Amino acid sequence: MGVEGIGARVVRKEDKRFITGKGRYVDDIKLLGMTHAHFIRSPHAHAKVKKIDSSAALKMPGVVAVLTGQELVDDKVGNLICGWAITSKDGTPMKMGAWPAMAPETVRFVGQAVAVVIADSKNLARDAAESVVVDYEELPAVADMQSAIKAGAPQLHPEAPGNQVYDWVIGDEGATDAAFAKAANVVKLDVTNNRLAPNAMEPRAAIADYDAAEEHFTLYTTSQNPHVARLVLSAFYNIAPEHKLRVIAPDVGGGFGSKIFIYPEEMVALWASKKVGRPVKWTGDRTEAFLTDAHGRDHVTHAEMAFDANNKITGLKVKTYANFGAYMSLFSSSVPTYLYATLLSGQYNIPAIHAEVVGVYTNTTPVDAYRGAGRPEASYLIERLMETAARQLKVDPAQLRRTNFITQFPHQTPVIMAYDTGDFNASLDAAMKAIDYAGFAARKAQAKSQGKLRGIGVSCYIEACGIAPSKAVGSLGAGVGLWESAEVRVNPVGTIEILTGSHSHGQGHETTFCQLVAERLGVPISQVSIVHGDTDKVQFGMGTYGSRSAAVGLTAILKAMEKMESKAKKIAAHALEASEGDIVIENGEFKVAGTDKAIAFPMVALAAYTAHNLPDGMEPGLKESAFYDPTNFTFPAGAYICELEVDPGTGKTSFVNFVAADDFGRLINPMIVEGQVHGGLAQGIGQALLEHAIYDANGQPVTASFMDYSMPRADDLPSFNLSHTTTLCPGNPLGIKGCGEAGAIGASAAVINAITDAIGKNNLEMPATPDRVWRTIHAA
Amino acid sequence: MYQTTYHRASSVDEAASLFAKGTEAKFLAGGQTLLPVMKQRLASPSDVIDLGKIKELIGVEASGDTLTIKAATPHYDVATSDAAKKAIPALAYLASLIGDPAVRYRGTIGGSIANNDPAADYPAALLALGATVKTNKRSISAEDFFKGLFTTALEDGEIITAVSFPVPQKAGYAKMRHPASRFALTAVFVAQTKSGEVRVAATGASQSGVMRVGAIEAALKANWSPSAIDGVSVSASNLLADIHGTAEYRANLIKVMAQRAVAAAG
Repeated sequence: MGVEGIGARVVRKEDKRFITGKGRYVDDIKLLGMTHAHFIRSPHAHAKVKKIDSSAALKMPGVVAVLTGQELVDDKVGNLICGWAITSKDGTPMKMGAWPAMAPETVRFVGQAVAVVIADSKNLARDAAESVVVDYEELPAVADMQSAIKAGAPQLHPEAPGNQVYDWVIGDEGATDAAFAKAANVVKLDVTNNRLAPNAMEPRAAIADYDAAEEHFTLYTTSQNPHVARLVLSAFYNIAPEHKLRVIAPDVGGGFGSKIFIYPEEMVALWASKKVGRPVKWTGDRTEAFLTDAHGRDHVTHAEMAFDANNKITGLKVKTYANFGAYMSLFSSSVPTYLYATLLSGQYNIPAIHAEVVGVYTNTTPVDAYRGAGRPEASYLIERLMETAARQLKVDPAQLRRTNFITQFPHQTPVIMAYDTGDFNASLDAAMKAIDYAGFAARKAQAKSQGKLRGIGVSCYIEACGIAPSKAVGSLGAGVGLWESAEVRVNPVGTIEILTGSHSHGQGHETTFCQLVAERLGVPISQVSIVHGDTDKVQFGMGTYGSRSAAVGLTAILKAMEKMESKAKKIAAHALEASEGDIVIENGEFKVAGTDKAIAFPMVALAAYTAHNLPDGMEPGLKESAFYDPTNFTFPAGAYICELEVDPGTGKTSFVNFVAADDFGRLINPMIVEGQVHGGLAQGIGQALLEHAIYDANGQPVTASFMDYSMPRADDLPSFNLSHTTTLCPGNPLGIKGCGEAGAIGASAAVINAITDAIGKNNLEMPATPDRVWRTIHAA
Repeated sequence: MYQTTYHRASSVDEAASLFAKGTEAKFLAGGQTLLPVMKQRLASPSDVIDLGKIKELIGVEASGDTLTIKAATPHYDVATSDAAKKAIPALAYLASLIGDPAVRYRGTIGGSIANNDPAADYPAALLALGATVKTNKRSISAEDFFKGLFTTALEDGEIITAVSFPVPQKAGYAKMRHPASRFALTAVFVAQTKSGEVRVAATGASQSGVMRVGAIEAALKANWSPSAIDGVSVSASNLLADIHGTAEYRANLIKVMAQRAVAAAG
């Protein structure tokens, strides 16, 4: 490891512009002649759109146009798609309700757009929107799943009888039933995984610019995957062919999954820009973010776990209802199926698993991937079950986990996943040592003497990152491949540009990706720049989500680097009159091994471009690219232990300690990894204690502002005690597993296990608000 | 935000005359409620008259048995005021718990009590301490000033100039913060006056805004100690209930916060 190589705590290059206010976000961009869009959104959860009268608005100064859903449909802008086909257990495909970008006929959630006002300024557009009269005929709405699946419930889509999207199964039902028939003990648990609003710091935004002469669109947008956005916009939404559509995702202020998807607003901005002949800008406000950014989680599950007389798990049965909201968002279908049920084996040897997942439509904001996407729901369920089992079987919860840990790798679970490597005992050992697990009983007694209820909770999570390989996900219904691309461009004087299909919106790629180059060539990271987020600059790539950018994106860069280095070695060998096989790269020089003969890397680059003295037949230039498709998922895992106190008078939770021992494989920049873990833990703890997106019975959102929706703040959180145990991922040459989501996946169960331990009652739903904890303590 | 005309008044008299000229004028006294409401287009005042730069309205003074906080004094100044900390430490502590740092630098005592949010902190202190609200027209006792949710005895155009607090024998404040808004989910201010009277006020709890809690006052009058409240029964009827707290939970919090406030008061 050099001072800036792999494993170095290099300060983030990008932070200079971010912390000095020089980041360039979509809303910072102003184009000549730009207009501003304001969407008119439904105040009803379910209604017919009878009439839209925009005559008064159109007479207002500065108003350019008022466009409606009907016009959008008339112009044949395609309905929104869901990119992962799921098949029900009866063999039928999932039931897709039509989702036009603005509703021509029926609105199905509060906040769904029915029309858009285009005006010379944002304020004028908003003023005019107040003059547009929309005549709605309200329809009965249904907001919760239990009501939606009942006979006689209001129906959302004619395509989906009973409001059912799909009824999907995985695993071996017969083998699982047999295991339960022979079980010495069965542990049962009902859990709700609460709906969350992602709340990236930067709200979504889009600027569309249509060039009539070139018949070409440029879209600036807050996307985690600009190439995927271009592909979907062109292939399915009839906006423009790909070569006539440039998508730029500049600095993006957080995504957490919510900026993966293609949303109605950018579709409308593109379409409207062509219609009005001027650039169209839309910047969402926080209310729109609450109403229209895809939400996360929202599962209701019943699960049963069978144990033999030695406390070994013999089977697991799960039935989950997953709320999709009013429409199927871009990757929503995969979240409670292939990203959830495939992780139900957890860190444990479970011979038989059967899971059934029923997808449900409700009159609420669509639900899709949010940090962890399916894996937090799986991990929470399994780790709550393990804790419940330990209490029921009267064994130490850590010991029960050890009894069931998978210790031999590779390990094929009954639910598709083949875990490649791991050392679950090592993570648990590290976490137990860090928190002094053995000394807990004494601390609990001490706290009791001070009137406090102290609890400890363990969570041993495993997750799957870098969804792959493409062939496998294709066979499971994915509409895209899940590889990544990279290009290494060496400039004539030896500086390097890395073009990556990954997209950084907080992850620190501009630093970590440079560290790989520094590691391999021994050049300072100041000589390297990372280019991303522009479909005109960067070759097709798949973007950033699912903790994939290091394991998949960085490996693609490595592959391109290897090709570039191979050519550079040939040039160096030619210049040094040595054999190619004798050339080694050290500290920015290409050397003949064992001699003092060397040529500096910039001279190799210059030789490539002057082409005065290249080996016979070699093309000039030094630029290579690679597409990397992994052979398997990666499997980050770890052990989190939370120690906390509950105030019996108020039900309020206070953290005493929170330890996280993660196995992410090789770390590129431990400081950035720690930052990722901190953020993930904050979101996991936020889900456990604070966050909940709530609708009333009529589908009206109750938590559409920060006055009601509790975002975690620094003083809600403990100082985290982090450590790492390492098993290198055998699936990629760098041994990387991914760290972006782990905290959000593993933290919630540790917190709830600790609170339920403290109060001595096992049934407690998230978020464990003081009111809810107090009522649970005092319930009969 | 709709278009409005902003005025920065330099005196109370100027502010009053600007108000009289406006068709639908509003005073800005920190703006921690007014400005968000205007941004959401839920309020559209013709004129906004900023009281925040009027020198005669800023400052904390102790004199004899009275602590006076002028109306446009920000919460941060009260929280850090030596005079307030010495005379009524519970009041300085209360100010330190309002909102977040940004709110405490901007929000003012006059703005807070004029808005009379049912979960605001200051009304509990005024009511429990038996404070007097001074305006450009008169003096109003806290008892008469608060008239229910977002309603006060202030007349149209009347400007609060100061709040004067009799320095108590003992006082304490305990707050359960609303997890999202950081208003009071329920908070209780307890005070024992120099003449031995006990006054207890709860905020964030009642559907009618800040309220006295007679049963706890009686218990504390008999025995000034947290345990005196153990046997008191607080009814949940007419208490607020929402996603962050049931009425029963708030009834419990009134007792628990009162006990902690008494413990803090010593």
